[in-house]
Amino acid sequence: MIGTGILKGMAVTARNFVGSYFEKDRLTTVQYPEERSPLPENYRNFPFLIFDDNDPQAGLRCVACKICEKECPPQCIYIVKSDDKKPDYMGKPQFYPKIFDIDISVCMSCQICVEVCPFEAIKMDKEFELSQRERFDHLLLRKEQLSKSNGYYHKIHPVEAEMVDKNLADAVAAAEAKKKAAAEAAAKAAAAKAAAAATAEAKPPAGGPSPSLASS
Amino acid sequence: MNGANGMSAAVETIEVMERPPLSMGSRLEGELLEVSMGPQHPSTHGVFRMNVALDGEIVRKLKPVFGYLHRNHEKIGENTSYLGSMPYTDRLDYFCSMTNNWAYALSVEKLAGIEVPERAEYLRVILAELTRLQNHASLLGFLLSDMGAWGTPLMYAFREREKILDLFESLSGSRMMCDYMRFGGCRVDADDEWLARAKQIVDRFPKFLDEFEELILGNEIVIARTQNVGKLSAELAVSAGITGPMLRACGVNYDIRKVDGYGFYPRFKFRIPLGEHGDTYDRLMMRALEMRESVEILKQAFPQIAPGPIVNPKVKVRAFRPPVGEAYGRIEGPKGELGFYLISDGSPNPYRYRVRPPSFINLTLLEDLCLGHTVADVMVILGSIDIVMGEVDR
Repeated sequence: MIGTGILKGMAVTARNFVGSYFEKDRLTTVQYPEERSPLPENYRNFPFLIFDDNDPQAGLRCVACKICEKECPPQCIYIVKSDDKKPDYMGKPQFYPKIFDIDISVCMSCQICVEVCPFEAIKMDKEFELSQRERFDHLLLRKEQLSKSNGYYHKIHPVEAEMVDKNLADAVAAAEAKKKAAAEAAAKAAAAKAAAAATAEAKPPAGGPSPSLASS
Repeated sequence: MNGANGMSAAVETIEVMERPPLSMGSRLEGELLEVSMGPQHPSTHGVFRMNVALDGEIVRKLKPVFGYLHRNHEKIGENTSYLGSMPYTDRLDYFCSMTNNWAYALSVEKLAGIEVPERAEYLRVILAELTRLQNHASLLGFLLSDMGAWGTPLMYAFREREKILDLFESLSGSRMMCDYMRFGGCRVDADDEWLARAKQIVDRFPKFLDEFEELILGNEIVIARTQNVGKLSAELAVSAGITGPMLRACGVNYDIRKVDGYGFYPRFKFRIPLGEHGDTYDRLMMRALEMRESVEILKQAFPQIAPGPIVNPKVKVRAFRPPVGEAYGRIEGPKGELGFYLISDGSPNPYRYRVRPPSFINLTLLEDLCLGHTVADVMVILGSIDIVMGEVDR
């Protein structure tokens, strides 16, 4: 009979309407500014720079290697390298970014800068309420606005941050172990050389790498 | 090779259907009225314009005009690294970024001869089928919306789509611009909790399908508006290069998941629904039936997936240079055959980067489908082709 299809459809609509009062599955709307659904761990928005300890500028992990600037598909990162060097988390003197800008009106949140960064210095933020009064200047984030603490990173990506910290600690430990091993080897070599020099005093050393160079 | 044989065999057995009548017997002879529909028309699915010549309400000529959303995708692809094009592919067909990623990753993997670990292949199948579910569900909603059923069916479809997008968000970090696949695998691993959630959503999906089919497919108005509207013959569809559900609605058995057997599709048991008449109703039904088959694939995939690596460690993230050569990788996207053709000259950028977009090629037959129908039918036919202007204009 004509019309039964329509009536069946109406029944579905009625079921949905009445069901929306009882079934939680059918209530999907979140009243946004007052209510917020939690963001998933992997959620990403725009990149930011991580600093260690308490100094937002001196503690930056970024060494201005410019890999992210080169790999960024929409070319939204602009970096100027510093002239002098400062010690990084391993105590090695490194360059730091004099200027580090990200134009978030160009950025497409693809996470490629995070993937290519060898220093775990740039990570994805979860901040999404970023409306600004100005179209140009205010959407260009400077180094000061971009640098956020490692604690903040732990807050927004707890699982990932734990892993990164572990990797960094492992790297430091490995570097220290290597240094210690090298120092021990150098000391041994120096001792052996001293012994050799003591036995054959008349012979001058034959040139070759000095122990102090080998240890560095 | 396989594909060509399968296709010609299928064509021979199908009788050629009649084209829609050019005249519907209008009594008055008058001048044709030219109307420019779009580009801001809400039913054109984006910035798409049609110049139609009307005789009363009957369409006599139709000229599609597109390119409003052109963003130089292919040229950008030639000037950026191989990895740099991956996030741009999300923006082609922004409903199905996972399948776009897969098609591009597949062609680069072909070009460089990269193996993909087992778990990554399963994840790709799961995500591609979830993409198909949400694309077809929202397409049905939009089509109903084009027919005048404002709101209700679209919102039901979007409710289901939102659950799948939440899954995408918790896995890849973004609802629509997933940027999830990488050459030789995937970017993030799915934990057991995610897989359990996905399984739950997939298990509940047939309930939505039953409800949706009850809501629309028996509806007399839908039947009157779609049956015998926009008929497409199998012969014309094959010679115009139509792919995807639109081709299968004409009865041509051609699905790249079966023909190429890319990924792990040969490991799954699923059927390819085929239409008979090639009209709008068949195209609509095709989506509904394909969703059921996608649910079948997903139900088989969840028990099979085993822990393991998700990315091939040999692939370099920085300074990735495939050897000199060319490759064409294609997949069965929700809209049809999505292919990427790449030529490498050994540098970090592709020498040529070409996209074969399904919705663009399916759209080329719009005039043939619409002639002799009313203006109101044009919107229904356009909706049943399933276009996304991001992919048509690139």
